[in-house]
Amino acid sequence: MLIYLLRRLGLALVTCVFISVVAFVIIRLPPGDFVDAFIANLAASGSSVSAEQAEAMRRDYGLDQPVLIQYVRWVGRVLHGDFGVSMVWRRPVTEVIGDRLWLTMVVSLAALFLTWTIALPIGIYSAVRQYSLGDYFFTTLGFIGLAVPNFLLALILMYLGFRYLGLNVGGLFSAEYVQAPWSLARVWDLTKHLPLPAAVLALAGTAQLIRIMRANLLDELRKPYVVTARAKGLTERRAILKYPVRAALNPFASSIAYLFPYLVSGSIIVSLVLGLPTVGPLLLQALVAQDMFLAGAIVLLLGVMTVVGTLVSDLLLMWIDPRIRLEGGA
Amino acid sequence: MSATTIAALPDGAVAEARFAQATQLQLTWWRFRRHKLAMVSLVVVALFYSVAVFADFLATSDPHATDARRSFIPPQGIHLFDDSGFNPHVYGLRGVRDPRSFKLAYTPDPARKLPVRLFAQGYSYHLFGLFETDIHLLGLEGGARTDGIFLLGTDQLGRDLFSRMMVATRVSLSIGLAGVALSLLLGVLLGGISGLYGGWVDTLIQRVIEVLRSIPTIPLWMGLAAALPNTWSVTQVYLAITVIISLIGWTELARVVRGRFLSLREEDFVVAAELAGASQMRIIFRHMLPSFASHVIAAVSLALPAMIVSETSLSFLGLGLRPPAVSWGILLQDAQNIQVLSGAPWLLSAAVPVTLVILAFNFLGDGLRDAADPYG
Repeated sequence: MLIYLLRRLGLALVTCVFISVVAFVIIRLPPGDFVDAFIANLAASGSSVSAEQAEAMRRDYGLDQPVLIQYVRWVGRVLHGDFGVSMVWRRPVTEVIGDRLWLTMVVSLAALFLTWTIALPIGIYSAVRQYSLGDYFFTTLGFIGLAVPNFLLALILMYLGFRYLGLNVGGLFSAEYVQAPWSLARVWDLTKHLPLPAAVLALAGTAQLIRIMRANLLDELRKPYVVTARAKGLTERRAILKYPVRAALNPFASSIAYLFPYLVSGSIIVSLVLGLPTVGPLLLQALVAQDMFLAGAIVLLLGVMTVVGTLVSDLLLMWIDPRIRLEGGA
Repeated sequence: MSATTIAALPDGAVAEARFAQATQLQLTWWRFRRHKLAMVSLVVVALFYSVAVFADFLATSDPHATDARRSFIPPQGIHLFDDSGFNPHVYGLRGVRDPRSFKLAYTPDPARKLPVRLFAQGYSYHLFGLFETDIHLLGLEGGARTDGIFLLGTDQLGRDLFSRMMVATRVSLSIGLAGVALSLLLGVLLGGISGLYGGWVDTLIQRVIEVLRSIPTIPLWMGLAAALPNTWSVTQVYLAITVIISLIGWTELARVVRGRFLSLREEDFVVAAELAGASQMRIIFRHMLPSFASHVIAAVSLALPAMIVSETSLSFLGLGLRPPAVSWGILLQDAQNIQVLSGAPWLLSAAVPVTLVILAFNFLGDGLRDAADPYG
């Protein structure tokens, strides 16, 4: 078990390092370096920087050093919570990102939660009542969920809401709470706005999970122990819920590991359509304006948070499923 | 499963003999044919690709020609009959000055009928990129420069959405194919090495795949795509986007290939070939590859829709292909603004082909996956 734990932690660490390299590459990709961009930015607003000042800035940021050392220094600063300065906003990156990162996670987690609470009962229903009208209905719905990219779904919902209800269904807060400081009322307001984006995000994942749950449970239901349970006179409800569902649940729980990155990824583009105050719109703005420190920081933070989320889910799974614990120990 | 396979064949001993003699390809095809939804999907996919090939022929007007006077014209149907009997026609456009804004707006004018002809002459293009021609499937006879057949309406710049959709189909479908080809190369190569050699190489490649799969892809794509220089040509951007998408998409294919290699390595016929002294290359290409090719094809047809969605998402964000290139994502970009969209809902029509193609590929992939193992 300890070996498994260590291996899992090691992998998470490697993933984080990889993500940091990618984020660093993204920061460095545009032609010229940060100081060039900064000077161009200043020149656009009328002020100028002398050659000596530019040189001093370069030394300050270590831009005269080899790439590897630059990378190490950048990681060092990041570990101290210094993500650099956003050029467009003229403020530290951490300040610009602010609440947005947490809201991204809130939306993604809400979507994950919704995926499970919808997929579990429907999956059980579809397996137990295989080939019933309801099964066909949910299968069809599931395929549509798989086929419509979530940003398209968001777009269509926006259009329908605007056209037929005359309201803007986007955003995460009502107008009076957008700028308000955090309070219970604001949290409640957020809770009221959360279901729509969460549902949009969750649809594709739900469709997938229903199919997995249905297939797994069908396999389990055919096994002899279910027949035995029925022969012993257990109620149908108990004969299904007690063992087969629990056995079928394991792959279901492990789905978090691949669903979570997918949801975070989807939340970026859905946020743009629905105008959610997550990091999505900020990332797009930063990339379009070549505000690379901001963009790099967002990619890095999103990646690391996803890794942490996946890690937590794996630990949970280990706790739920004794087979993983034993396999790791052997 | 084998019982159902045999049951699907014609009755009697003849059928059994046929089953015993059939090649693997035949068995796969017989099994695939039973999957009705997959058969329908195959036809749909084939139709889409023929649209891609004949895009310009099907387009009714130049997809790049702008004309501010005919912006946001609603979709026009072709009227098949008039008082004199069968006479397919569309209404001409008439400029009406808005009494309040004094803006000249063009609206259909029922008084002016423009006959629609088959194989009519229109803008010139290169069929298959080779032969210059100006024959289109549908076209107008006569009519002013602003007139046209607007089956799906026009966008803000007055470009015909139907024609743009035809051309977009070509771009979106081909970028999916190119991306999958590249991922397939990476996936087969790395998955094959991983499954064949095992050991630390396998561990390393598996860890790389795990790392790649645990990263949210869209921010990554966005970051990489945004770094493409503005000065690049349409073709360069197209190629770069293909590479970016497939750099992350190969993992699933590698997983399938590796799994097949691992299970086949222990099979009797492979061991027999080894004992008979066949070279490794011969074993791989003569014995192993044919028996998992169908699995790879199934994986490819499931990877294609993911590629198409990736390109559509990136272009939708304005980070993928750039105008004047036309793809489904770029068409949907126009629909981003809710105010514009509520006035011209037909801008959303590119959502239909996207959804249809993804659905068709998914069903096709499911059918192929079931059929891939004809002895199973």
